[in-house]
Amino acid sequence: MIPRHQKLLFGILLLASLIMGVTLWRLRERAHQRLIAGQDSAPTSAPEVAPAVEATLLVASDNDNSLLTQLRSLPLPADPGARARVVLGKLLDLYAAPDAAHPVPGGGASVLQVFLLPAPYFGSRSLTPVKSDPGKSDAEAADTVAVPQLAVVNLTGSFAANHPSGIETETLTVLSICGTLHANLPRVTQVRFLVDGKPRATLAGHADLTRTYLAAEAVSNEGTHP
Amino acid sequence: MKVWFKNRPIFAPGSRTLLGRRLVWALTAFVVASPLAAAQQAPPAPAAPLPRFVVVLDAAHGGDDTGGHFVDGQLEKALTLALSERLRSLLGARGIQVVTTRESDAAIDPNERAEIANHVQAQACISLHATESGSGIHLYASSLAPTQPTLFPAWKIAQAAWVTRSIALEGTLNSALLEAGMSVTLGRTSLPAMDSMTCPAVAVEIAPELGPDKKVVSALDDPAYQARVATALAAALVEWRTEAHP
Repeated sequence: MIPRHQKLLFGILLLASLIMGVTLWRLRERAHQRLIAGQDSAPTSAPEVAPAVEATLLVASDNDNSLLTQLRSLPLPADPGARARVVLGKLLDLYAAPDAAHPVPGGGASVLQVFLLPAPYFGSRSLTPVKSDPGKSDAEAADTVAVPQLAVVNLTGSFAANHPSGIETETLTVLSICGTLHANLPRVTQVRFLVDGKPRATLAGHADLTRTYLAAEAVSNEGTHP
Repeated sequence: MKVWFKNRPIFAPGSRTLLGRRLVWALTAFVVASPLAAAQQAPPAPAAPLPRFVVVLDAAHGGDDTGGHFVDGQLEKALTLALSERLRSLLGARGIQVVTTRESDAAIDPNERAEIANHVQAQACISLHATESGSGIHLYASSLAPTQPTLFPAWKIAQAAWVTRSIALEGTLNSALLEAGMSVTLGRTSLPAMDSMTCPAVAVEIAPELGPDKKVVSALDDPAYQARVATALAAALVEWRTEAHP
């Protein structure tokens, strides 16, 4: 003889199983409908490609320890942070090429993010407003002065681990990144570095990554020995 | 001014108390007699000692910090230590006092290296490095902007007050290396230990010597190449001593 409370429990469990089965069936139907609807919303027009603009790259050369300006036509996004990442990615792609004068493995994927922040006080340069468009005269640019910015470049750990070791090669990499950022985003006056989102003492045993670099240091060395 | 003892004046200028008069005479006699006695007893003055000249040799890396790994299996830490020992011998033979930051395969913190250099108040601090990138000898002074010396400089930018002298030392090293027939590259950089040193400081980075066809003429582990570099650096530091203490 089965007790009454066990019959009651069996009935409840059976009812719950039926409800869950129906719910599962309905969810499956909904997922199927969603999948069919997704096929209907396939893109029918080509995505918009950012117009190509001229980007300035400060390319390092180990042969004569110099930074030389190269102009490249690149499709750049409007957002300054994304634009900085694309430009630096192109610069590091040049270094990863087989015949590079400054060989550094890793390429454009080595730049994880570039964050742009208002520049904190550092010496006297950051307090001086900068012209947002270097092509304008002082009078024209008077109305368009912008607050200087600090760029925080987040590199991958593999880039730092595989970077050739040496004062010259590491210094050239750091200065070319700083100079390229300043050439394309004139508001960037200071640059700091992170590796995998964390501070790191040196790039590959030599160049100090804990300090704030003034972008003007690299630009002043452009075309000459740093 | 009066000096009191148990409510009685024992000394006052111009006083006629017995103790006061005795004290005045005793003090007068001491002041007059001391220089005369000292002059009679002093030995003849020795010749003025030569100005102190100390060079700090900082062999980069060490211990777990191997520095660069080169294709022939060499490690940067071993090359810098070998060069430091060679240069120390050459400088010692020329009568220059040398302090090294390490003499074995030991890990030394960058701050500790700067502390050693700052403690001895050296007239030249040479940080030795090696690389496979580039060619010839790379000389680097700090990229800090020159500032005036201050009583309590910030640790991370202590070198700023010495940058002008460091660039002068870099020039002296450059002249000697060029005279020895080596190709030299000059630059400015930011190195953690060097930026905290309070002495004329230059980082010397040795790269393989390449020919016009970019082929290696002198490899990093070539003892003859290391000897040429060390001899040129020693000659430069002798020249620097002459400039510092003409």
